[in-house]
Amino acid sequence: MRVPFKTSYLHDIRLFADGYRAAQYAVLVALAVLLPFVLDDFLIGEVTGVLIWAIAGMGLMLLTGHAGQVSIGHAAFLAVGCYANVILMDRFGLPFVTSFLLAGIVTGIAGVLIAIPVFRLHGIYLAIATLALSMLVEDIIVLAEPWTGGVVGLTAPSVTIAGMDMDRFSAPNRFYWLCLAIALLVTLGYRNILRAPLGRALLAIRDSEVSAQAMGVQLARTKAAAFGLSCLVTGWAGALLGHFFYTFNHEVFTVVVSIQLLLMIVIGGIGSIHGAFYGAIVVGIIPQAINIGRDWVTDILGTGGVAIPGLETGIFGLILVLFILFEPLGVHGRLTKWKIYFELFPFYRRDLFRRQRSYLKTERLR
Amino acid sequence: MSLLDVRDVTIRFGGVTALADVSFSVEPGEIFAIVGPNGAGKSTLFNLISRFCEPESGDVRLDGASLLDLAPADMAPLGVARTFQNIDLFETSTVLDNLLIGRHTRRQSSFVAQAVFSPAVRRQEIAHREAVERIIDFLDLHAYREQRIAGLPYGTRKVVEVGRALAMEPRIVLLDEPASGLSPEESRDMRFWISDIRAELGVTVLMVEHDMGLVSAVSDRVLVLAEGRGIALGTPADVQSHPEVVQAFLGVEPEPTA
Amino acid sequence: MDDLQLMVGGLANGCVYGLIALGFVLIYKATEQVNFAQGDMMMLGAFVAIGLGNESHAGLPFWLACIGAVTIMAGFGMAVERTLLRPLFGQSQIAVVILTIAFGFVLRFVAGAIWGHDPLVMDNPVAGTHVTFGQVVLGADEIAVIVVTLLLTGLLFLFFARTKLGIAMQAASQNQLAAYYMGIPVKRIHGLTWMLAGATAAAAGILFAAKGSVDPSAGLLGIKAFAAAVIGGFGSLPGALLGGLIIGLVEPFAARYIAAGYAQIAPYSVLILVLIFRPHGLFAQVRGKKL
Repeated sequence: MRVPFKTSYLHDIRLFADGYRAAQYAVLVALAVLLPFVLDDFLIGEVTGVLIWAIAGMGLMLLTGHAGQVSIGHAAFLAVGCYANVILMDRFGLPFVTSFLLAGIVTGIAGVLIAIPVFRLHGIYLAIATLALSMLVEDIIVLAEPWTGGVVGLTAPSVTIAGMDMDRFSAPNRFYWLCLAIALLVTLGYRNILRAPLGRALLAIRDSEVSAQAMGVQLARTKAAAFGLSCLVTGWAGALLGHFFYTFNHEVFTVVVSIQLLLMIVIGGIGSIHGAFYGAIVVGIIPQAINIGRDWVTDILGTGGVAIPGLETGIFGLILVLFILFEPLGVHGRLTKWKIYFELFPFYRRDLFRRQRSYLKTERLR
Repeated sequence: MSLLDVRDVTIRFGGVTALADVSFSVEPGEIFAIVGPNGAGKSTLFNLISRFCEPESGDVRLDGASLLDLAPADMAPLGVARTFQNIDLFETSTVLDNLLIGRHTRRQSSFVAQAVFSPAVRRQEIAHREAVERIIDFLDLHAYREQRIAGLPYGTRKVVEVGRALAMEPRIVLLDEPASGLSPEESRDMRFWISDIRAELGVTVLMVEHDMGLVSAVSDRVLVLAEGRGIALGTPADVQSHPEVVQAFLGVEPEPTA
Repeated sequence: MDDLQLMVGGLANGCVYGLIALGFVLIYKATEQVNFAQGDMMMLGAFVAIGLGNESHAGLPFWLACIGAVTIMAGFGMAVERTLLRPLFGQSQIAVVILTIAFGFVLRFVAGAIWGHDPLVMDNPVAGTHVTFGQVVLGADEIAVIVVTLLLTGLLFLFFARTKLGIAMQAASQNQLAAYYMGIPVKRIHGLTWMLAGATAAAAGILFAAKGSVDPSAGLLGIKAFAAAVIGGFGSLPGALLGGLIIGLVEPFAARYIAAGYAQIAPYSVLILVLIFRPHGLFAQVRGKKL
């Protein structure tokens, strides 16, 4: 097991524990940059989608994984970012860079505005409030037809930065690099916040609100910050998603998407940035795997390929049930355990990761 | 002037009177203990001072200014730190991060600066770590520095919680049963630490404690609560011989005085 | 007169929401878990009843099909608790929330695979008959729904208030450890609660499928029922029914007096308003947390 030997306080706050880890990530980023030279346009499109979901996942992870505020309504903020970006480009003629940044900020402000009335709500009540929000936004999009195009939806204008074509269809590789760059910047900002006072305050309100207050953490302000930052990032993901889908309407941002986003970060591993990426990868792979599996079954049975509605979400649900039952720490947790198993071989013990169970006491009637 | 002044405080929960007209004041640099049987209102008193509950009447003053309009999170900037009876640490964080939260009110950086981790943020983080390291030294927590709270033994958690309160560099620290559940050795360590908190760090201590050995060893003055009333106040020796105290603790009728 | 018909229709819908909400509240009251799959269990109950009772399927007599569906769903509820929930015993509420959401997806898929995705109606004795009060014509099915719901809510309320088992169930949720110490078999109680919730889901499903039609996505109705449960205070049985009725009434009246599109928005707007102004519902049961 690699245990970095710390000789100065700087070692505590570096991005990477040691040169070895830094090198690992450098190789990973280099591979990601070179990917378009290996994959064809279709696959690059798929990988771009995974990146965008990973950005959205990071947005939700900050709020749910790190600040402990469960949201089952983040598709609403994806929608705000997506529509804001396209409306700013179409109606106000802003260039992509400006409208993209503004779309995130608008969504972030929307998040803070939502946080103010609901910040007193805990756990399950907050989850339900955000669920209702997601349902509401879906219907509001339909009702606000003059701006959103109602059920017909909108078409995203093409993306150009400094005269260079970045469009999803005419320049898929460049669009991929754009998404990759944004994903990397968001990841860096996320890491920075986690090692700064705000990150500690987020973890504090997740673990114990009472104790956090006694330490001088202002609950309302910290929760509003968590909502704001989470929605900022989610709004950016939404803006990219609009360009990725090209045409979109309210059906792209249903409550099912909200739920999938939450399930995605749980599968990936709640409470870690890695988890957002792993979750996005799993969600990206499932439809492909189902397609392959279906072809395979068709070959064996010799019947025509049948599209089974609900199969994708059904399998997704099943995977998630299995994860919650057998690996609550998600893909990230499982990989970490394997890594430690090999590093400590043969001294790994199962209870290295045993979680304490607590008997439940109600929040009611106490 | 007293540092902390509690005046004629009454608190009722439904029909139960938790505190009835309790008054006392804590002088700067004092170690002040509150003792009493279970249900005497000791923890309620702490929750009142750290603003987690409201009094029906009376006032709580710090340096002569009333605290009643303030929220729990406003106490830390004023230099009032506390621990909890049932240990309330941030379970998934490391010992180091728990102590660093104690420095939360001393941060001076915007979200944007934190997101780009500007040189100013970096400098502050290093300064906070130096401050926290002194507490780690003081409480002998080196071995646990990088460990998560969730895996630590009970006695260590108790010490970490004291450390988290001290990392705030408070003027007064409220310790809620610092020695409960500790082994005799740990309890003895805690005794030395409490006197060192005043001697080395210059922090005033207000504590609730059951262990009379510890209380009489370290505290300057003791307030005895029984059924929400203050029945005796004085040095540990004075209080222990007070007839009402004997009755409250042992259930013995006091000798009728002629 | 129109308003009265609208009201009865709304109340009948509200009763179905209320019954699903009762399922949530039952489980929450006794186990402090939140079952997001309750709507899907209702949908499954409806399909089981249809599978047993309809001419096109097994074709059993209506009453037999009802009893069968309730029994099967009760067993199903218990099995779910045994296999999925018990391993999570002692873990966070949110883990259960996520698990039941995912389980709902699975149920929807399974129901679609077995019964298809076309809406089905349950054959029932009162289908198509009407009751006329003066000039008002009311569907007999709607009245039946209201009556059955009131009966069920009353029975469950009495069960929790009066019977030993009901009180033990409440105690088990308020403090599991203390309940253990008092000799209450907490785990078995959880099983029984889920059984009860399964039976309630079947009842709601039968009423739903008899009154309108059911397809696998009907489980999403659970979200409205959720709103109902929260409006009612989440721990209160009469509150759940009241919340259901409020939502049932708000829908048609919003559509009629504001605009058609608002029927969808209204329930959630009411929910958010309630959460902002009465964060713990109309029948709040929350008190301060002990430090």
